[in-house]
Amino acid sequence: MNVLNAIIQGLLLGGLFALFACGLSLMFGVMEVINLAHGDIAVAAVYLALSVMAVTHIPGIWVFVIVVPIFVVGGYFGQRLFLQRSLDSGPITTLLVTFGLSVVLQNVLLEVYSANSQSVNIGSLVSGSVQISSQIELPYLSMIFLGTAVVALGAVNLFLSRTATGRMVRAVADDREAAQLVGADYRHLFGIAAALAAGTVALAGLALGMYTSISPSSGPSYLLYGFAAVVIGGLGSLWGTLIGGMVLGLATTLGSLVDPDFGAMLPYLVFLAVLAVRPRGLFPKRALV
Amino acid sequence: MNGATLTLEALPARQPAIVVTRSRRPATWAGALCSAGIAVLALLPYIASQGFISDLVNLMILVCVATMWNALAGYVGLVSVGQQLYIGAGAYTVLYLAQHGWEPFSTVPVAIVGAAVLAIPASFLVFRLSGAYFAIATWVLAQVAALFVARFGSLGGGTGTAVPGLDGFGASNLLRDYYWLSLGITVLSVLGVYLLLRSRLGLVLTAVRDNEVGARSVGSRVMIAKRVVYLLAAAGCAGAGCVLAISQLEVEPGNVFNVQWTAYMIFAVLIGGFGTIEGPVIGAVVFFVLQQTLANYDVWYLIVLGSVAMLMAIWARQGLWGLLISKVPVHLFPVGYYVHNQPGIRERQGLSRLVLGRVVQSRNRGGHANGKPGTERAISSNHTTTGIAGETKEDR
Repeated sequence: MNVLNAIIQGLLLGGLFALFACGLSLMFGVMEVINLAHGDIAVAAVYLALSVMAVTHIPGIWVFVIVVPIFVVGGYFGQRLFLQRSLDSGPITTLLVTFGLSVVLQNVLLEVYSANSQSVNIGSLVSGSVQISSQIELPYLSMIFLGTAVVALGAVNLFLSRTATGRMVRAVADDREAAQLVGADYRHLFGIAAALAAGTVALAGLALGMYTSISPSSGPSYLLYGFAAVVIGGLGSLWGTLIGGMVLGLATTLGSLVDPDFGAMLPYLVFLAVLAVRPRGLFPKRALV
Repeated sequence: MNGATLTLEALPARQPAIVVTRSRRPATWAGALCSAGIAVLALLPYIASQGFISDLVNLMILVCVATMWNALAGYVGLVSVGQQLYIGAGAYTVLYLAQHGWEPFSTVPVAIVGAAVLAIPASFLVFRLSGAYFAIATWVLAQVAALFVARFGSLGGGTGTAVPGLDGFGASNLLRDYYWLSLGITVLSVLGVYLLLRSRLGLVLTAVRDNEVGARSVGSRVMIAKRVVYLLAAAGCAGAGCVLAISQLEVEPGNVFNVQWTAYMIFAVLIGGFGTIEGPVIGAVVFFVLQQTLANYDVWYLIVLGSVAMLMAIWARQGLWGLLISKVPVHLFPVGYYVHNQPGIRERQGLSRLVLGRVVQSRNRGGHANGKPGTERAISSNHTTTGIAGETKEDR
């Protein structure tokens, strides 16, 4: 029964990881950028939310209404003004610049908010759950996260496959020169992709802040989880990412049955195993969507 | 410049005396100066204060790891975010052997060789990947190692433990001894990279740095070169880890396996200059001075250094050293060749076919091997063959 519970909790936790991975997958799919500051941006969203809540006193569960739009705008201009320049000078530069951003962001948060762990207060919702049997309960929060992940991945998917702008983004991802010939402004489209990525990662950060307490140095481990979800699921496949997240969630909860430290280690081992055996992931797909 | 290739084909049959040398006068002087500098550094414990010496140890560690990271990223394009794996491996080997009755300093060679051996299987895993994948895979390996080591209570678990066997030295003797250790390891690291670059494999490395696909296409053994550099970097970082373990008197997983080390390496290299031997050394010194200056302002030094490094990565990739040598062509570590008399280079044994291939290639591109107009880099390295580029002008 314990194992069954661990499996259910693991699948639910997978939603959180998938939400994290959504933005990474999008950035890599569109502009072949791995943003090493991804986890720290999520953490920054949590601290921004805490500041917003301290000023406006809006309830924690609704704080995303303010934080996410700020990150969407920030993502667009961050890409246009900053990341695009490093993209122009090659993939190594992008890696180094985003890594530098990660370290700078962590230390700025450390200076401003101190090293104490904090979480987004959402009142009684944090412990509420549906009791299925004596051993199994489904926490509301985890279900909300999984639902949010599905909605977010679905919305990004729909945007890319059904809208005119989304088609342009895919065209630029496939062949930038050809897309430019037919009038695509790739800088603007990259900006849109970055805006979407920043929005989803802010959402993921807020979810994380509600689920557990975080500190300025929490970012990198969530980057690694997110990246692992992307790789396990197969690059560029958004639904594969959801499955990748669930595999990681399962590894975490099943590993924790052995002992808590092993629960932290097993997802990494699964990730390394997938890299060694199937570097292109379990559900590889050439094009985005 | 298309004529340049023709010039090479139409070389006269006579055999004039030509001289191929490694260096011109500045490098000879620089070599002497470096040796003198190292001698002074070695004598410092008898002159300088203990506080200064213990600061210098930290600088040495920084120079060593930055040099190693630069060998990986600057020459063979492997951006590793996981070199702390080998820092930790070195530190924990010292701890483990010291716990089993070894004298701590005597464990250092074992730790260094051990890390290089550990790097062999690791390289087979991470070399399946490239770019960001490689970066993240190395990072994950380091994380796994940290979590793995923390499971052993005898090694101090998650909180770390003291290295035994260091009590008998007396504080000032111990400081002097591990200062010399750090100096030795750092000098060997820089020298190791220098000698590697001067070897035949070094030609491959510099070729890969300039253009990996081009290097492959002329038949260079790129994979072997990469693996050798990866092993060397593992050994060097393990050496730094040994110094860290002995100088801090304890080993803690959260410290030795911290990704912060990679941040230090990257920032030092980006500020000093990518893909040169001198760059990381200068970058480490700048990093260290700023760290000391801003010591009273918490982590602001990292914020400042990180921001500067990012800006330099985008707008000034050549770093401080690159900016300097674009003005004053001084080379402390000559790794290329100077050809003093022009024709007949085809027959010279000192120049491999690979080099000739690159000469022709770079001539066809207008002699700017690094895409920098006006510099006279022709053969595959950071400072080379002014003679050949000069010759082209004379021939026309």
